Amino acid sequence: MEERIVLKAENISKMYRLGLVNSRSLTADLNRWWHTIRGKEDPYLKIGEVNNRAVKGSSDYVWALKDIDFEVNAGDTMAIIGRNGAGKSTLLKLLSRVTQPTTGKIGVEGRIASLLEVGTGFHPELTGRDNIYLNGAILGMRKQEITQKLDQIIDFSGVERYIDTPVKRYSSGMYVRLAFAVAAHLESEILIIDEVLAVGDMEFQKKCLGKMDEVAKGQGRTVLFVSHNMAAVKSLCQKGIVIENGQKVFQGQIGDAVKHYMSKGAESALCRQFDFVRNDQFALKEIKISNDPNDQDDLLLDKHKILIESRFDVLSPEVSHIAYHVLNESGEPIFSMGTGDIALSVGENKITCEIPAYFFQSGTYYLSLFVISKSQKALLIEKDVMSFLVTDGDRLMGAYMGREPGDIRPQFNWYRS
Amino acid sequence: MKKWDLEITSKTEWWQWNLKEVWRYRDLLLLLVKRDYKASFRQTILGPIWFFIQPIFTTLVYTFVFNKVAKLGTDGQPPALFYLSGVILWNYFSTSLTSTSNAFIQNASIFGKVYFPRLIIPISIVLSNLMKFSVQLVFFLCMLVYYTNFTTYSPHVSWHIVLVPLLVLNMALLGLGAGMIISSFTTKYRDLAYLVTFGVQLLMYATPVVYPLSMVQGKLLKVILLNPMTGIVEGFRFGFLGTGAFEWGMLAYSFSFALVMLIIAISLFNRVEKSFMDTV
Repeated sequence: MEERIVLKAENISKMYRLGLVNSRSLTADLNRWWHTIRGKEDPYLKIGEVNNRAVKGSSDYVWALKDIDFEVNAGDTMAIIGRNGAGKSTLLKLLSRVTQPTTGKIGVEGRIASLLEVGTGFHPELTGRDNIYLNGAILGMRKQEITQKLDQIIDFSGVERYIDTPVKRYSSGMYVRLAFAVAAHLESEILIIDEVLAVGDMEFQKKCLGKMDEVAKGQGRTVLFVSHNMAAVKSLCQKGIVIENGQKVFQGQIGDAVKHYMSKGAESALCRQFDFVRNDQFALKEIKISNDPNDQDDLLLDKHKILIESRFDVLSPEVSHIAYHVLNESGEPIFSMGTGDIALSVGENKITCEIPAYFFQSGTYYLSLFVISKSQKALLIEKDVMSFLVTDGDRLMGAYMGREPGDIRPQFNWYRS
Repeated sequence: MKKWDLEITSKTEWWQWNLKEVWRYRDLLLLLVKRDYKASFRQTILGPIWFFIQPIFTTLVYTFVFNKVAKLGTDGQPPALFYLSGVILWNYFSTSLTSTSNAFIQNASIFGKVYFPRLIIPISIVLSNLMKFSVQLVFFLCMLVYYTNFTTYSPHVSWHIVLVPLLVLNMALLGLGAGMIISSFTTKYRDLAYLVTFGVQLLMYATPVVYPLSMVQGKLLKVILLNPMTGIVEGFRFGFLGTGAFEWGMLAYSFSFALVMLIIAISLFNRVEKSFMDTV
């Protein structure tokens, strides 16, 4: 297919002022105005700081986005990923024209529609049917277009019985179902979707993500999707942009983008080098946790086996074996596992523990390392040496009805007796 | 250089009004007006009758206070007709103005989530109020018919009533323009919003609503003639009741005033709409 650019962002930046609006900001406004009428540059544009919400800055002005450039081709599905406060929402706001960039330019070819929220403009006193029209029109649909799709929308929402009842009588689930149904039937060449759209119960979530998938893949439309949900992102999108502190740090194929994003977070790094866990007898070098050692994409799925590779130097023949305690999110030990019979040799050792698929429930787990001597004494103890997050890929995709109780889910044999 | 269908930039031109886009969203405009109408009478038994009740009571109170107690004249008209005509006109203007002046703040949650030409909202407000005004106008006509047939009152309806649609349009534009200017200034600094509520009340006394223009003389008259609403109220009464002042000059003044204000208003509104979400 011919590569046709349908969206191009050049150099876009957005500055926000922090703090209250009061007489002090009036002084700043007047100062800015005085500079502009003399044809000078806005004095406040120079002092903006990189946006990092955790660090106290000296200026009242921050760059929520700074010099973002990217291009989207027709038919692309592009994910925008980043941590909370990285600037994703600001970028969405600029693209959907809710607010204006401070500098830069965005060019768009074709109709663009954005879904930052479902049910924008819903009026509680109006019936479901009236609200479909109103909401559709707010999103940019023509009345006749909505009339044509009315049956499909009602059908998709699954609230047919209540369609002539005011929406204030709806349960919150019905409300979002109806709202999403309208949004799902938007027809624009470019669609910008915020992840909050995947709402409602599991069954409906599955339907929503399925619809997004259909929009993205089936209809060949250009989609920009913002999400924290790496499983959804990987399944829906082909390309990705990673934003960090208001700057674009990566753009490329979705797999690489997710990898880039995950490797940035210290707490979620699944491959960790060590130089501080050591003593005279033992030195830990590396722990790596993955579904497959060849595919280091930092997303652990419960439906595959999980491999824990440990690389360490044994410095004294006194070392007998190593063991890990596995703890759950609340720090309660679940079980202990050790290398047991494997004879460790002095020098480098590399040992892998294979945990079968569907052993862990989704959640975060911690490992504590114990190095045991031949006389069954602990030579070295390192608590919480590593943590890992197990993701329920099916649940994220809406196919599975929720997390079962407990931390582990061993697969036992069941048979008729 | 590639030609884009839409360019989002950091600059806003004063003259970029995008009226074409407003036209494209005309369905939304109509749906919003319909929404306002439907939503305002949900769960009421009397429904649109409430449109009459407010002017009736206001007229009764004005008749008592200004006619009976203060002994202000009504140009020889039955007080009920005189005050009612003033009240419905003034109501239309003042509600259009005050609700338009809150356009940005009231709709911030919608504006923050989705783009559509912001101009749609003030226009829909003025149109919704126009509907209410039309119902009240019908009520006024009923009163006029009642007075003609069941009292000794003899009507003086003149051909000037053909100008009434123009007067209403003029009033709509005045309310729209003034409201939009105020809403553009109140997104960041709310001070002006306080001024509006009592400013509109005071302005009513500078308009011949509760007194006829013929009662006013001297310097005060000049001040009241500066008010663009004066010509409209007087023109309306002249058409239906046959009293009051009717001058083409006054109407021309009101209309040009409204147009100039509207041009300023749309330009200001367009500048503000692009980034008001950051400061609201």
